Amino acid sequence: MLRDITIGQHFPGNSILHRCDPRLKLVGTIAYIVVLFVAANPVGIALSIALLALLYSVAKIPFKMILKSLKPIVPVIIFTAVLNLFFLTGETPLFQWWIFTIYPEGVRYAILMAVRVMALIAGTSLLTYTTSPIVLTDAIENLLRPLGKLHFPVHELAMMMTIALRFIPTLIDETEKIMNAQKARGAMLDTGSFVQRVKALVPILIPLFLSAFRRADELAMAMECRCYHGGEGRTRLKVLKFGREDVLCAAALTVLLGIIVCTRFLFA
Amino acid sequence: MSEIIKVEHLSYVYNPGMPDATAALDDVSFSIEEGDFVGVMGSTGSGKSTLISHFNGLNKPTSGAIYVDGRNMWAQGENLRDFRFLVGLVMQYPEYQLFEETCARDIAYGPKNMGLDDAEVARRVREAAQFVGLSDELLEKSPFELSGGQKRRVAIAGVMAMHPRVLVLDEPAAGLDPEGRDTILSQIQEYHRVTGITVVLVSHSMEDIARYANRVLVLSKAKIAMYDTVEQVFARAPELLELGLSVPQVTQIFLRLKEMGLDIATDVYTIPYAVKTIRKALQGKGAV
Repeated sequence: MLRDITIGQHFPGNSILHRCDPRLKLVGTIAYIVVLFVAANPVGIALSIALLALLYSVAKIPFKMILKSLKPIVPVIIFTAVLNLFFLTGETPLFQWWIFTIYPEGVRYAILMAVRVMALIAGTSLLTYTTSPIVLTDAIENLLRPLGKLHFPVHELAMMMTIALRFIPTLIDETEKIMNAQKARGAMLDTGSFVQRVKALVPILIPLFLSAFRRADELAMAMECRCYHGGEGRTRLKVLKFGREDVLCAAALTVLLGIIVCTRFLFA
Repeated sequence: MSEIIKVEHLSYVYNPGMPDATAALDDVSFSIEEGDFVGVMGSTGSGKSTLISHFNGLNKPTSGAIYVDGRNMWAQGENLRDFRFLVGLVMQYPEYQLFEETCARDIAYGPKNMGLDDAEVARRVREAAQFVGLSDELLEKSPFELSGGQKRRVAIAGVMAMHPRVLVLDEPAAGLDPEGRDTILSQIQEYHRVTGITVVLVSHSMEDIARYANRVLVLSKAKIAMYDTVEQVFARAPELLELGLSVPQVTQIFLRLKEMGLDIATDVYTIPYAVKTIRKALQGKGAV
């Protein structure tokens, strides 16, 4: 059940999207999110989704992975949709009952908003599906490098992110192991009242914290043993290269996103 | 004797439907008789840990069935918790699951979950602590003040105190010094002898399996490679070597002696028996 968390999950493969420079993918994802909000018309949104579907099929990631990534945010989607449904006012009400009034504009906007949030999540999931977390932090470090001139600890931040990401699967594994061990001793984790369930977490959280601290301690020791002293003068095993393929991808993405943005002026 | 655990056509797949889907168990069938001491061996990744976590329902089979004491574990209307108390599982490095303020309270966690009254819980804690050689003084200490070996014994006692019909241990001696190994394993043997319950011991050490088990289950690449008595399994030394396993060091010596042309038995798995065999061989030659 813990394995169902897809955020930050990598879906290995060897498509052009997997090989693409992570910096491009990161900037591309941000651009895609911006476009989703700029192109606020049905045609624009439809095209954005079509683009996403295209990218997913190029990356050979099964569509059911999209549903999987959307599952945890269903409540958020419903919440935003419902809020927009009731709070947007127009001229002629579509439906009226007690203090609730629904306008056609509200319906339209609610649907648009829900679809947009779903596209947003699916888009960012595509980034994490095709890019391993370590490579992604590399890209972030690289893109944030100019901030280093302002004495912003770019390398330290990236290292912290790398370590945090690196340990998510480890800690999930650990949690499962500890849960299994306590279940084997008859722990009841998903039955009983709220108070009972919170109490049942103690035998899991205490060993988990202890192991997290132990791991942190060991990691710090191992890093010191290998003379880690921060980012200064550090070279990389895998240097990010912006190759021919990446230039092509960047050009294609710019054109496609440009077309979607244009719909704003043509159809709005 | 009756079958306490029966496994029928058990298969288990990790990450089904993903590109990295792997079969950890592939159509495995066997049964364990009540009162046996079964050693489970196999190289890393052969499916040992996956198999034993099926015994008390921590993993749900992708296909196949498991019967414990004649009851189908995944049948409708069965309560998994019953099976958790029937089959006590000690995982690898069990000391990392300790959480209570004192060792006594940690050992009591299992029995308390069974809904036993305080007097019975206290009795079982004392009894289990005795089996693993924990003094009353240690019982009142925090588990985090103890040494690695002591912690491990507290964790094992925590499962023993539930009075399972089958005690399953996943490498209970891993990472301990030789003395700690011997202590823990002989305590488990003593527990098996006194209570007569079935024990399943996963180990990488051929010596340990030869010394304590009466039957051996060899897993290889998600399938059962051998399941027989200790004598029969170690008699197939060349096959074991092929599977990336081996036979006890003392057996290797006897196999080598035989190869060198000495007329000597090779069904030797423990040191005391080796001494006897050598004595006998020497006497046969007329020299002592």
